[in-house]
Amino acid sequence: MKKQKLILIGNGMAGVRTLEELLKLEADLYDISVFGAEPHPNYNRIMLSPVLAGEKQVEEIVLNSREWYAENHITLHTGDPVTAIDRKARQITTASGMSASYDRLLLATGSNPFIIPVPGHDLPGVVGFRDIQDVETMLASARQYKKAVVIGGGLLGLEAANGLKKNGMDVTVVHLMDMLMERQLDKPAATLLKASLEEGGLKFLMEAQTEAILGDQRVTGVRFKDGTEIDTDLVVMAVGIRPNMALADAAGLHCERGIVVNDTLQTFDPRIYAVGECVQHRNNTYGLVAPLFEQAKVCANHLAQLGYGRYQGSVTSTKLKVTGIDLFSAGEFNEAEGDETLVLQDPAQGVYKKLVIRDNRIKGAVMYGDTMDGSWYFQLLREATDISSFRNTILFGQHDLGDAGHGEETRVGMLSDEAEICGCNGVCKGEIVNAITSQGLFTLDEVRAHTKASASCGSCTGMVEALLASTVGEGYAATPSKKAVCGCTSYSHDEVRKAISELGLKSMPELFDKLDWGTPDGCPSCRPALNYYLLAAWPAEYRDDAQSRFINERAHGNIQKDGSYSVVPRMFGGLCSADDLRAIADVADKFEVPEIKVTGGQRIDLFGVKKEQLPAVWKDLSEAGFVSGHAYGKALRTVKTCVGKNWCRFGTQDSTGLGVKLEELTWGSWMPHKFKLAVSGCPRNCAEATIKDLGVVCVDSGYELHIGGNGGIKVRVTDLLCKVESEQEVLEYTGAFIQCYREEARYLERTAPWVERVSLNYVKQRVVEDKVGRKALYERFKLSQQYAQVDPWKARAEGAETHEFTPLSIDRMRAAS
Amino acid sequence: MNDWIPVTKLEEIPRLGARKLQAGELDIALFRTGSDEVFALRDRCPHRGGPLSQGIVHGEAVTCPLHNWKIDLQSGEVQGPDQGCVHSFAVRIEEGVVYLDIASLESAA
Repeated sequence: MKKQKLILIGNGMAGVRTLEELLKLEADLYDISVFGAEPHPNYNRIMLSPVLAGEKQVEEIVLNSREWYAENHITLHTGDPVTAIDRKARQITTASGMSASYDRLLLATGSNPFIIPVPGHDLPGVVGFRDIQDVETMLASARQYKKAVVIGGGLLGLEAANGLKKNGMDVTVVHLMDMLMERQLDKPAATLLKASLEEGGLKFLMEAQTEAILGDQRVTGVRFKDGTEIDTDLVVMAVGIRPNMALADAAGLHCERGIVVNDTLQTFDPRIYAVGECVQHRNNTYGLVAPLFEQAKVCANHLAQLGYGRYQGSVTSTKLKVTGIDLFSAGEFNEAEGDETLVLQDPAQGVYKKLVIRDNRIKGAVMYGDTMDGSWYFQLLREATDISSFRNTILFGQHDLGDAGHGEETRVGMLSDEAEICGCNGVCKGEIVNAITSQGLFTLDEVRAHTKASASCGSCTGMVEALLASTVGEGYAATPSKKAVCGCTSYSHDEVRKAISELGLKSMPELFDKLDWGTPDGCPSCRPALNYYLLAAWPAEYRDDAQSRFINERAHGNIQKDGSYSVVPRMFGGLCSADDLRAIADVADKFEVPEIKVTGGQRIDLFGVKKEQLPAVWKDLSEAGFVSGHAYGKALRTVKTCVGKNWCRFGTQDSTGLGVKLEELTWGSWMPHKFKLAVSGCPRNCAEATIKDLGVVCVDSGYELHIGGNGGIKVRVTDLLCKVESEQEVLEYTGAFIQCYREEARYLERTAPWVERVSLNYVKQRVVEDKVGRKALYERFKLSQQYAQVDPWKARAEGAETHEFTPLSIDRMRAAS
Repeated sequence: MNDWIPVTKLEEIPRLGARKLQAGELDIALFRTGSDEVFALRDRCPHRGGPLSQGIVHGEAVTCPLHNWKIDLQSGEVQGPDQGCVHSFAVRIEEGVVYLDIASLESAA
């Protein structure tokens, strides 16, 4: 079959990104040609400011070299703008007279700087700030002349002014309004910004309306409405951009402020798509790169004929790329009536932070001087997180919530290049910054793939995101709030769970089919999640899929770095008898276990067991009365206890006995992530119950239930859920809490982030206040436990899944044949 | 010269799973895809030596259980930004029996 022809008009970031996304999905669907007006291959437009400031070279900001186009069989025509589209003939014509036909057309014509039509606007020495050509003009002027005027005190204007100043020019910024960056900042932040830029040597003329640009051969000055004039050798117009829709308009496509597209980025002509700054989507136009990349992804999905992506608009944030100035804003940062604001102001340090709050959710943020937590606030904003539980410290930043001891280290901007960011994979700041700039990375996932930073335990994710944000500025494509499960689908975890219960999906092939999965059998990210969701939704009916579990859960042991496994038998409540210890010792002798260790969860770990030995080891343990400790699973792990009132002189309740009962109730349960319990016999809390997923602290009058703690990557102290009076209530509330978590948390989400996401109030409402709901949750938990409490070790010792533990052998086959 | 010897029945390898095959000193991983194709690679990830037979099989790739390197089953090439290659061996299926070309083992030893 002959390939279809795809033409891209506009060789910029949005268009080429769409091609990259398309090639990832369908590499051979189209013959692709690209027409660009500029003489360059695709480069990183947001890096023009650093180029102007002399911090980067033009070659360093190229994103796709000419070789890239060649390798992907894309025909590239540079320096030859398309002048007309004939939609009837499905043909385009270029300035040089070339014509080409298309089956699908992608418009990514970007935007043009808005040039104020005052007299003299077309004189030599008047430029916009849009492309490499403009930057070269400015740099040439800086070498030859002294004075510059930048019209426009917005983001682009200030970056231009800063760059020209760096090149030794005497720069005056002219702005129509009484404050700088009025679209991104509120008044106090704008005042701080202006003062700091003035300190750096920039001059400002505020509330000045340009009337004419003066000069004969070349610009010599600017005159304002009030009659005053200033001398200048260069005028940079940076008052805004306008979507470049002339071509589309002339072709009869529906345009308003931009080329109008629907949620699939299709224009009014179904053969023609449009992405980037030239489009108008749901009445919005976008000039920042993160939304353009979201559009690119969706558009590519439709060009690849998959047809399931939808673009629903973006929330954007802004960061100014002027060295030495930290500034961040996002959302609705000017409060509307009825909104609350939280403000932190420290004029001496030049710090200002404001959060606009509505219904306990962040609606907007402005930060100046200390923008460390910008990406965190932005995430809270996009995810509409209820902040009531940490509202009184939120302005002090995320590290105030508990930072695993990283403290000041999280101030990533101040670190040297050698500073280690990712402790798991040994990745330094310099390596990450280098990868971001040299490989043209924009997302956290890309940085993870290329450097491995934050790809293991994830505790440095915030620092890596901060590095991304500070390196690429507003180009940083923040992780979208609706996160797809993985690359196989555009559905989020919550949507998949909803579909499983509403459509009654009971097997993975059925789910892949009904939800149009992009891959025939998923990937290592989605399959374990889906297996869990199906298991949690249909405990009685779903047949667990061993091949969709990580090896630890498939082999019921923890794989170690040499490929051997560790074995941890369950010790209910941490109690054991001399016979138990003897049985474990016998196993260790018999199988020559190289190392034995007492775990943090009050049990015993046998290390270095070979996979082939596992069923025999389990058989002996099983005969001595042990069951699996599930120390390898996203499952109920341990119930840690202190000794309690039977022995301890401070003990108020039988904490050990209660721990045993809790473990008997909950063992064997599969969870979104691992789940740990503890019971302390008095508020001295020797069992460390307040850093567990659920901790019971016994007091004289009853039992306090604490939830959402974590002692791992990011230490988090539990929140008090409620206090109850009897052991029976402890069991019921615990079962209900676990079931609520099992049914609603996303796979691989521990209780700590889950509670923060859905809010403590929500959990209280479900588990404490709603008595009927609690009982129903508890019943569902007990029902699921009927099927879950089957010891996997015993089953395998008796011959289940033998293929998993028995290697094949060529020599054996030979002997047999 | 090929030297095909039978090593197992297709049904002995779980679909979307793998079996470890011992050939003297050499460990081989036999993979079965969702569409019942079988591939053989050396059971050792080029990154840190992880046992590939313990990974998750998806499409025509396996992901190493230790650090998530993704390896193409056909070529043995490491995919994505990581780089490296695993030795692959010739396999064919005839009437439900999996045959391995032991001549191809020589070059790996």
